[in-house]
Amino acid sequence: MGRYVARRLLQMIPVFLGSTFLIFMMMYVLPGDPVRALMGEQAYDPTVVENIRHDLGLDRPWWWQYGHYLGGLFQGDFGTEIASKREVADIIADAFPVTIRLTLFAFVFMVVVGIGLGVVAGLRPDSVRDRGLLTLTLVLISMPSFVLGYLMQYIFAFQLQMITPTVQDSESFGDLFLPAIVLGSLSLAYVARLTRTSMAENLRADYMRTAVAKGLPRRRVVGVHLMRNSLIPVVTFLGTDIGNLMTGAIVTEGIFNVQGVGNAIFEALTRREGATVVGIASLIVIVYLFTSLLVDLLYAVLDPRIRYA
Amino acid sequence: MTIIDKPADVPAPRPDTDSGTPLLEVRDLHVEFKTRDGVAKAVNGVNYTVSAGETLAVLGESGSGKSVTAQAIMGILDMPPGRIPKGEILFRGEDMLKMSEEERRKIRGRKIAMIFQDALSSLNPVLSVGYQLGEMFRVHLGLSKKDAKARAIELMDRVKIPAAAARVGDYPHQFSGGMRQRIMIAMALALEPDLIIADEPTTALDVTVQAQVMDLLAELQREYNMGLILITHDLGVVADVADKIAVMYAGRIVETAPVHELYKRPAHPYTRGLLDSIPRLDQKGQELYAIKGLPPNLTRIPSGCAFNPRCPKAQDICRTEVPALSLVTEQDGTELPGRGSACHFWKETIHG
Repeated sequence: MGRYVARRLLQMIPVFLGSTFLIFMMMYVLPGDPVRALMGEQAYDPTVVENIRHDLGLDRPWWWQYGHYLGGLFQGDFGTEIASKREVADIIADAFPVTIRLTLFAFVFMVVVGIGLGVVAGLRPDSVRDRGLLTLTLVLISMPSFVLGYLMQYIFAFQLQMITPTVQDSESFGDLFLPAIVLGSLSLAYVARLTRTSMAENLRADYMRTAVAKGLPRRRVVGVHLMRNSLIPVVTFLGTDIGNLMTGAIVTEGIFNVQGVGNAIFEALTRREGATVVGIASLIVIVYLFTSLLVDLLYAVLDPRIRYA
Repeated sequence: MTIIDKPADVPAPRPDTDSGTPLLEVRDLHVEFKTRDGVAKAVNGVNYTVSAGETLAVLGESGSGKSVTAQAIMGILDMPPGRIPKGEILFRGEDMLKMSEEERRKIRGRKIAMIFQDALSSLNPVLSVGYQLGEMFRVHLGLSKKDAKARAIELMDRVKIPAAAARVGDYPHQFSGGMRQRIMIAMALALEPDLIIADEPTTALDVTVQAQVMDLLAELQREYNMGLILITHDLGVVADVADKIAVMYAGRIVETAPVHELYKRPAHPYTRGLLDSIPRLDQKGQELYAIKGLPPNLTRIPSGCAFNPRCPKAQDICRTEVPALSLVTEQDGTELPGRGSACHFWKETIHG
């Protein structure tokens, strides 16, 4: 087990380097120039621009720039934004907690409601409520999150006037309620379907018949014997989905004006702030890597047939 | 001061069951399943009784309704699509089909237990065997986790699993096939039930282990004086342990007999066919006998005797009239106790 974890952690190094490199190169080849963007519409002196570019090292070849960036990163320096002169670390420190809060909120919502719906439908396969769930999830899966987002905004903010159309205070859970639902609804549909199918399948398993034949109460048959087996694939999905939620937050944060990483990365992209984009994207990559490691370890705990050497 | 040894745990003597009512009595049981092709009549009027300490072997091909009958007794039929349109299942004189679900649950596992065919898939893969065994004590007797575990170890010792204390935390996949079946037996035995239904308990095992498991089962049954219903299609297994046999075909019992009588003188052509299809050393090199044809489709059971399309002795009456299970007698009319045959020509079959 320890060796397995060590191996997985070591594997993260090349993955991390590779992903930062890819994102860095994408920013590099993107047309546009942060210094020009800085100047905006005003008339400027080309030599001034050249000087700034030289000071920032932007006139050097890509491999020098990448090496320079990585060198800073290993000393814990995410770099500085060109336009605002803000430390990228500061931007991340401001935006990440908001997104994490939104993600967690959405995660809890999709776990509770998704598994709940899945259980209700899975216990009675092919019943009316099962078909109802399949239809509902089909709608959620086929509806892009921005459609759902604007729809919710329209209904709850403009028609019913229950909430403000955009989030006023990104720290408040009450304000994050609607964005979290919009963010979590796609994954919720998948979780519900996965739970439903897994339950319906395990319901017919031989060990379920044994559990009933043992004279166990139905509560125990379902709660212990069925759930324990059925939730294994669901847990796997949930783990890998945390990363998806964080990236999905980019659209949702845009709609509801939540000051999280989604907004930060979007703004940085429009201003060609490479350091910010690479920094945030790399952090999300790390979150992905760690949650998938966690899921793999959890998998071995949940299913004793799986052992890592 | 002397310490008085606690008396060894001897199973409590069973309450007297010889008050006329057998332990279990199945009366005219019918079970049918709704399928896409129509209603499959899996069980069509089965009658049998089992007393304490007695072993009834139910014999038949796949799809003859032997397992379905057992599941109906246990109350673990999938309903729907299953349905019991008719019949009674009396346990100590009380009809279980009229009981509430909660009453039946309390009988399951505690009074009537079941051993399944494939122990690997019948045990929960993600729970330790100790947990699964201990569950019986925790649910039915309300024991604590710790006590339940101690009892689970005792049970594993009881069914001769080596190093029980060390293996109580292991999972089903870590045991061999024979050991797993012992765990199934231990689980059925946990609360010393009055009746055990073993549904092909040795089918998934290799031959040497089969014998061990059957011996263990027979030994424990004697010791606890339990009733045992042994469902099998293996005639070899039956001969050693059973007291009486019921042969099933297409959801009906076609012949009943004390075990050795059946082997000596079958009174139904189907039983005769089964016995003839056992490979024998003295017929080495000859072609093995097989009953021709296939078991009937349960949605379209042939009219008359269900066996008639495959029967070498079939006459016109076999295609029109369903033979009742009639008493079988000697040629001179003396009754043969416990024998019955559902064949129009049982006389010719047994005496001919």
